[in-house]
Amino acid sequence: MGFYFAQLLTGLANASSLFLIASGLSIIFGVTRIVNFAHGSLYMVGAYLAYTLVSAMDLGAFGFWLGVLVAAAIVGLIGLLIEMTILRRIYHAPELFQLVATFGVLLIFQDATLAIWGAQDLLGPRAPGLDGALRIMGEPIPEYDLALIAIGPLVLLGIWLLFRKTRWGVLVRAATQDREMVAALGVNQAWLFSATFVLGAFLAGLGGALQIPRETVSLQMDLSVIGEAFVIVVIGGMGSVTGAYVAAVLISVLNAFAILIFPQVSIVLPFIVMAIVLTLRPHGLFGAAGSEHGAPTEPEQPLRLMGEKGMMILFAAMAVFALSPVIVGDFTTVLLVDVMVATLFAVSLHFMMGIGGMVSFGHAAYFGIGAYAAAMMVKQLGIGMLPTIFLAPAVAGAGALFFGWFCVRLSGVYLAMLTLAAAQILWGITFQWQQFTGGDDGIVGVWPAGWASSDKVYFYLAFVCCIGGIWFLRRAAHSPFGYTLRGIRDSRTRAEAIGVDSRFHQWMGFTLAGAVAGLAGTIFAFSKGSVFPDSLGIAQSIDGLIMVLLGGIHALAGPILGAGVFVMIEDWVTRLAYWRVIFGIIILVVVLLAPDGIAGGINRLFARIRAVRKGGTA
Amino acid sequence: MNTVLEARNLSKAFGGIQAVDDFSFDLRRGEFLALIGPNGAGKTTCFNMLNGYLKPDRGSVRLQGKELVGIRPRKIWRMGVGRTFQITETFLSMTVLENVQMALISYHRRCFDLFSRATRLYRDRAEQLLELVSMQEHASRACSELAYGDLKRLELAIALAHDPVLLLMDEPTAGMAPSERVALMALTAEIVARQQVSVVFTEHDMDVVFAHAHRILVLNRGELIAEGTGSEIRENPMVQEVYLGGGAVFEAENEAASA
Ligand SMILES: Nc1ncnc2c1ncn2[C@@H]1O[C@H](COP(=O)(O)OP(=O)(O)O)[C@@H](O)[C@H]1O
Ligand SMILES: [Mg+2]
Repeated sequence: MGFYFAQLLTGLANASSLFLIASGLSIIFGVTRIVNFAHGSLYMVGAYLAYTLVSAMDLGAFGFWLGVLVAAAIVGLIGLLIEMTILRRIYHAPELFQLVATFGVLLIFQDATLAIWGAQDLLGPRAPGLDGALRIMGEPIPEYDLALIAIGPLVLLGIWLLFRKTRWGVLVRAATQDREMVAALGVNQAWLFSATFVLGAFLAGLGGALQIPRETVSLQMDLSVIGEAFVIVVIGGMGSVTGAYVAAVLISVLNAFAILIFPQVSIVLPFIVMAIVLTLRPHGLFGAAGSEHGAPTEPEQPLRLMGEKGMMILFAAMAVFALSPVIVGDFTTVLLVDVMVATLFAVSLHFMMGIGGMVSFGHAAYFGIGAYAAAMMVKQLGIGMLPTIFLAPAVAGAGALFFGWFCVRLSGVYLAMLTLAAAQILWGITFQWQQFTGGDDGIVGVWPAGWASSDKVYFYLAFVCCIGGIWFLRRAAHSPFGYTLRGIRDSRTRAEAIGVDSRFHQWMGFTLAGAVAGLAGTIFAFSKGSVFPDSLGIAQSIDGLIMVLLGGIHALAGPILGAGVFVMIEDWVTRLAYWRVIFGIIILVVVLLAPDGIAGGINRLFARIRAVRKGGTA
Repeated sequence: MNTVLEARNLSKAFGGIQAVDDFSFDLRRGEFLALIGPNGAGKTTCFNMLNGYLKPDRGSVRLQGKELVGIRPRKIWRMGVGRTFQITETFLSMTVLENVQMALISYHRRCFDLFSRATRLYRDRAEQLLELVSMQEHASRACSELAYGDLKRLELAIALAHDPVLLLMDEPTAGMAPSERVALMALTAEIVARQQVSVVFTEHDMDVVFAHAHRILVLNRGELIAEGTGSEIRENPMVQEVYLGGGAVFEAENEAASA
């Protein structure tokens, strides 16, 4: 009995930490409609700052708490800086841009933290006066956990008072419910948004700072916490602080008991709970309908079929590309396969997001299923390479069929979050399910059949599959099915009014995109000869998003250009020590200065040339 | 036996509000029927029950003898009921022609076709439909560039794509300039007469109603309070009371609706 009570207390202590970070995330989303990927970074920086401050001051209990508060305050100021320099410019951008921009911020933070504090994990000081354990029902409970259990509800109470008793809080609540109304009231929105972001950042910093006696401070803190924080926010309902607390308690307590029965469950449990909650309540426990969308997007231009001239240029480019292995060295040939795989992946993601209007934060799931299915078929089932190339994408398609059924019931940010959850569940399974997937060690020795083992032959095999896949999806984009998906994206009401079953079509679009991503994963597995869990990790999903964005989401050529440029930049930049900063800055530059990406830039260039020519002849 | 639609005892409540109360009417082939009433009278709710967006608490709707209650909106559309929206709903990222083509593609059940070029399907028919609403010169323009009145006409073309037997038009002229309104409804009336489509429409502009409606139903607080031709409705004391007396107020309604 005492043991279970102790387990409950541990769960509640974890809930408090999670609540601190999730509440800030939720408040920021509620008011600004920004899904802040960099929130985990603020949490991490809070922990590092607290570590430095508390160690430096060495003032006992007073010093510890002062250090924690000062660290949180500094994080709040950093938040202000980010808000004023970056976020303020993207409040009216689509969700996708905001997500990728804040991911850029995350990358910059990673390198900045690395530069300041080094790569070594840091063991934080204990909280003076709370470093012992209390015996409750015969079980030792860390005193610090008890303090945390109290802090969570206290912060909740503080936020509640702030929102009920101050004019600012009333405005925040009003903005969460209806943004237009606040604009109509003539409130200074810029100030409201900044203040909200500072509060959110402060809470994240506080969450991080309070973790130092419990957790080693490391550079992995940001990504490891952000997934779970998203889940809490989504389960609670975007924008709801009470919801965040309830969800944090639900997840943490469930987890504390579930690990007793099934120790491996903790990685996937939050995501499973989220999937269930969203299926039953599409806006989370306390969320309101209509909270799922960011700023409305501008309608894109009608598609145009390629003209004769464009066709000829395309064929010439293809021919040059096909001949390239003859000219360039093997090393470059391998890189070109990477480019093709990335392009196919990006094109499949673009089909889902650009054409289908379903923003996915977890498209790597299907890439990864394809890669793992291929590896397992070849290594464990002894199926040949060629059948595998057909079967593995079908498995990925089946995975997309399964997860897609849940996802298409939602829209906007909630849909995106559920795709992320799906990817994280799969990632957790591959990570934990040692005997089949090799866990962290992955599956190695996944080589192509003998006849295709030379780099040149494999290049042509990849060429056929990838270019074929890209051609197929382009064709599909121009087909009635592609148009139907675009129609549903533009207006679901209109689509239904002309007899289209919008959910079913989206489901099929989701599945198709997943199957093609699986083909990319299959080609990838054979080209690398191995697969690891990061092939379905967050970073892989984000890479896809960056490619699509870099190329320009509103053009069919966008993902192709974006993937090519992305792989080239990555190949060059990752050789440098602080490549994340460079990457982060590139991302921010694209989002802030060229939101229509490379394709948009080229279009504008052509438009200008045409204008100049016209001017010349007139 | 020329009845296209029979609505019987339709009722719908939202919480405590009885939005539509025991409402029955018949619609003949080729008839142009106006459903009028002050704001909140239950007109939109009634439309939503006719084409399946809302399930009535009680009552039945029969289209050419077939029960519609309990059938999904898209199935009802396939049975020949078209609809335009109070606020236009079109595919903004497509051209005008493509918008009509989409309706035809769906009608011919080609939405899962992965290999044809959507822009090449049913072009002629789509162009015909655009011609019907005099939009042919806008065919290749992006839908997002159209003026509001043109969007309304486009919606009409889309609604006619599957040769409907019944067309439901909820405030077809809302948001248009008065001169445009008369033109749009004249066009609609002409098409309807030619194609023998039956129409139910709601409208605030009484000039439009009296000029074109064959018959008028007046709803107030969800109840049918009057029914008849334009002149009968004008004379009806109950209606005059609802509209606070007299034709002058019909004009006031106009002003309010166009404001
Ligand atoms: N979805 C809904 N939920 C609650 N009340 C509604 C809903 N739709 C309509 N109503 C109410 O039903 C009544 C009739 O509305 P409506 O059919 O839109 O009227 P009209 O179209 O004649 O202006 C109004 O009082 C309105 O407030
Ligand atoms: Mg209405």
